[in-house]
Amino acid sequence: MAELTLHQTVFALVISLVAFLFVLELVRRRRLLEEYSWLWLLTAGAMVLLAVWYRLLIVITLLVGAVTPLNTLLLCAVLFLFAIAVHYSVIISRLSTQVKNLAQELALLSSRVDEPRRP
Amino acid sequence: MKPPLVLIPAFNEAARIGRVLAGVRAAVPDATLLVVDDGSTDDTTAVARAAGARVVRLPFNLGAGVAAQTGYKLAVRQGYECVVQLDADGQHEPADIPALLAVIAHDEADVAIGSRFLDGANTYRPGLLRRVGMGLFRWLAWLLTGMRFSDVTSGFRALGGDVVRFVATEWYPTDYADADVLITLRRAGFRLREVPVRMYPRTGGLSMHAGLRPVYYVFKMLLSVALAPLRREPAERKGA
Repeated sequence: MAELTLHQTVFALVISLVAFLFVLELVRRRRLLEEYSWLWLLTAGAMVLLAVWYRLLIVITLLVGAVTPLNTLLLCAVLFLFAIAVHYSVIISRLSTQVKNLAQELALLSSRVDEPRRP
Repeated sequence: MKPPLVLIPAFNEAARIGRVLAGVRAAVPDATLLVVDDGSTDDTTAVARAAGARVVRLPFNLGAGVAAQTGYKLAVRQGYECVVQLDADGQHEPADIPALLAVIAHDEADVAIGSRFLDGANTYRPGLLRRVGMGLFRWLAWLLTGMRFSDVTSGFRALGGDVVRFVATEWYPTDYADADVLITLRRAGFRLREVPVRMYPRTGGLSMHAGLRPVYYVFKMLLSVALAPLRREPAERKGA
């Protein structure tokens, strides 16, 4: 488990910073609500951290018992994708309930407009 | 007591709903007729209005459970103390409504459920697959509630005021309403009672129990069984 070369570190850092700034920019322009950005910012932040502090990845690799740092990275990636998919399902469930309630309110209100003679 | 509200969720039932409404009008002349049109693409709304029913029209199709809940929400706001729900496709016999209402009026139960299988004199004969499915739901319902229901997929029922207020909340399972409703209501502490009703085969249109849906239904019921003991009890139980 060798250290990264300067070349590799610079490349990883640039990629990570671009990802982090991209998410921030989306939030700044209100294309992405703060509420939904935290998981992405966390991920981009972790990428930056690992790029500048490669030893941390090696420590984690030893900690979880993975064979190579690549395995650790893939594990993290899969866990992250799982987390974000569940996160979205929760959001979609909430939105579905809200849409349902709004549709019901709209139907009840417009029935009063369409049939004004009734109580 | 205020006359009951007769709630009929309808999706593309223009061809059949007129006859159902006439039957209901004849059976319970003092009741208010409410049709919740679940985003139909045919003339369901116009036909129901012409037949003298009040119509609430959902902007798009949301499923029978959501349509029914829309009606319950209206019932709560307008102070109805009793709601009868039946299908728009003519499978349920409107002449059986007074029998369901009597159970609520005499406070024998909080929910009266029309059962197709409670007495022998019934013309309704489901197919084998359907009978197996119904048997499974019956068993699951028994597992969850300790009550033996003869008909767990009945959409023909009468609800008293407390139950109407309960089903208008988020506790009401709107996606697959029949068997789940029995279990939810039972767990909320309401008294359920089955009442024998007649049932006719469909005269056309599409049953909601078609294709892969029964498979999902079973899955959902099993999930309910597994989670029931872990769930928080409904907050707005009877008398609370």
